[in-house]
Amino acid sequence: MEWFDKLKKGLSKTKDDISGKIEQVFTFNKEINDELFDELEEVMILSDIGAITTETIIDRLKEKIKAEKLTSSEEAKKALQDIIVEMMGKGTQNIKPEKLPAVYLVVGVNGVGKTTSIGKMAYYLKNNGYSVMLAAGDTFRAAAIDQLEVWGNRCHVDVVKHTEGSDPAAVIYDAIQSAKAKNIDVLICDTAGRLHNKKNLMEELKKINKVIEREYSDAYKQTLLVMDATTGQNALSQAKEFIEVSDVNGLILTKLDGTAKGGVVVAIANELNVPVKMIGIGEGIDDLQEFNPEAFVKAIIN
Amino acid sequence: MAFENLTSKFLETFKKLKGKGKLTEKDIKDSMREVKLALLEADVNYKVVKDFINSVSERAVGQEVMESLTPGQEVIKIVNEELIKLMGGSESKLNISSTPPTVIMLVGLQGAGKTTMASKIALYLKKKNKSPLLVACDVYRPAAIKQLQVLGSQIDIPVFSMGNKINPVDIAKAGIENAAKKGNDYIIIDTAGRLHIDEELMNELKNIKESINPNEILLVVDSMTGQDAVNVAEKFNELLDITGVILTKLDGDTRGGAAISVKAVTGKPIKFVGTGEKLSDIEIFHPDRMASRILGMGDVLSLIEKAQETVDEKQALEMQKKIISQQFTLDDFLNQMQQVKKMGPIKDILKMVPGVDSNKLDDVEIDESEVAHTEAIIQSMTLGERKNPSIINSSRKKRIAKGSGSSIQDVNKLLSSFEQARKMMKQFGDMQQKGFKKGKMKIPFFK
Repeated sequence: MEWFDKLKKGLSKTKDDISGKIEQVFTFNKEINDELFDELEEVMILSDIGAITTETIIDRLKEKIKAEKLTSSEEAKKALQDIIVEMMGKGTQNIKPEKLPAVYLVVGVNGVGKTTSIGKMAYYLKNNGYSVMLAAGDTFRAAAIDQLEVWGNRCHVDVVKHTEGSDPAAVIYDAIQSAKAKNIDVLICDTAGRLHNKKNLMEELKKINKVIEREYSDAYKQTLLVMDATTGQNALSQAKEFIEVSDVNGLILTKLDGTAKGGVVVAIANELNVPVKMIGIGEGIDDLQEFNPEAFVKAIIN
Repeated sequence: MAFENLTSKFLETFKKLKGKGKLTEKDIKDSMREVKLALLEADVNYKVVKDFINSVSERAVGQEVMESLTPGQEVIKIVNEELIKLMGGSESKLNISSTPPTVIMLVGLQGAGKTTMASKIALYLKKKNKSPLLVACDVYRPAAIKQLQVLGSQIDIPVFSMGNKINPVDIAKAGIENAAKKGNDYIIIDTAGRLHIDEELMNELKNIKESINPNEILLVVDSMTGQDAVNVAEKFNELLDITGVILTKLDGDTRGGAAISVKAVTGKPIKFVGTGEKLSDIEIFHPDRMASRILGMGDVLSLIEKAQETVDEKQALEMQKKIISQQFTLDDFLNQMQQVKKMGPIKDILKMVPGVDSNKLDDVEIDESEVAHTEAIIQSMTLGERKNPSIINSSRKKRIAKGSGSSIQDVNKLLSSFEQARKMMKQFGDMQQKGFKKGKMKIPFFK
């Protein structure tokens, strides 16, 4: 399985990644005892699963071990896998539109890799036979428009843009008109990075949403939240705030190729129930991959 | 501001301790569990938390606390002291070269905010009458050079670049030569973001370091980074022997535990923090203030500094005179409001006031636009009316309401709150003259 290998490779660029560590915990502790649970807790917290979700998982594991009368650590490992998979959901996720035309609004805090992800999304969708257009809605950050244009050229898709400092809602408006005229399958809209606790910027996002709903009401609309896999527990409050202003349909998890484990995804699945759609596991244009929760958990704990 | 969630958690934890006259070992153990959870939720590294809890418990369980009169306070004191220690003790200044120029190199992961931070440091130095030069060595990210150029032109600081086809090592060298010719005394080198495990790119940084020998190598870290912050910091430090750390995006609601972790594993000081999107949003990192803030003791020092920076001293003195002599007019009121506004959003200012739990502030919607409304109303008055509001009759009110796009009720509300403020000023003036008496001060707008 190509995807699986790539993911494993991405995750194992460093020796001390989480998969190795959980494995170690189970090999060093042949018996199920308190030490095993303590070490598991440590490894899970170190992978950003978070103290609360870790506690939930360990409690469930203890229950399961008791209920199913498990005795070996090997059995406990399998049980742990099952518990996390259950939390994460099943089935491969991706960003292929369910109907056409489609419009994707890409949001997130500063520096998570929104513009880069959009470039890679465009490439992925184009390779799957869709026509794609990009809207340069980040009119705030210096040179963000140029950055998106470079990606547009790389994937040979049109980029609709205004000048820096102009109204992002107006850019999106124009892009929608242009996408309609050109019969584009998927319009992907970039937005400025915003910290989720900045009220005005979040209001601006609402305005963009309104424009999309009004001008492109028949389109299949998705709001995708891009998140940096190295983010810690703050990811939860980011996701919560973005969900509040703009129904977030899925997450794009970037920078999973670091030593980051993206464990916070488990916490998000546990507390907020938003699926991960794609993951970024490298710097190449084709390094944005479909997401399979089961494979992900297996890559973490195997 | 950062750390506020942590602050309220600590407040809750210590409330349980406060009421007790005597502490048992179990009390400490329970409260330390809370401290541990709070720190973990704040993304402080697991191992750092473990060490922290151990050293605090060791001090707390000992005699020091048991025999102290207010054990709860004693624990807070210990946690506070240990936190300050963890974050570096005292603030740390930039290393300056004995022979200019001083070379500062910024490194870090992608998206940490290096390019923005480079410009912020440049502006910070410019305000101190230095002449910085920005050098664009990020040849990988599309439009990164352009971004630095745009930011540079916004703050009127020269940017040296050679396009993205030249080796960053050569760009850095040429940048320094260029600075020598132009007489720049500070050089800030923006490098491309890279993963700490990407050997090739990490070696490139090493090459830059060896060829230009910078005075400062600052690791830029996103304050939202999770447990991995430790690995990142360790790797960069190991290879480059960094001289300090910069924390960015502290204006989110991030608890910024990364600050604690990074300092703990590298031993290198945190020099600056980025606190907003504007290029002027940069501050020196004060470990003690940050620790007090975590513990809910407020950040009064930052508040005072902010006031000093923005309030015109002469105006303040004049205002004081007016207050004492009770000649406070609506014009002064307007003036005062504008001074406060210059200090930043009112909410941010309130968060620095001791005893204000900033989580509770989230429910208190302080409407900045109301301040703008008030301004508009006052500006719609004639000078005479501003000096002597008592002449404002109903036909004048109608005119003012129309001129400022508000209702007569709004005008009435403003006039009555001004009257209140004036009364308060009078009290204050009396106090100043007769010495402070017991009595409650009321601040207008905040009930």
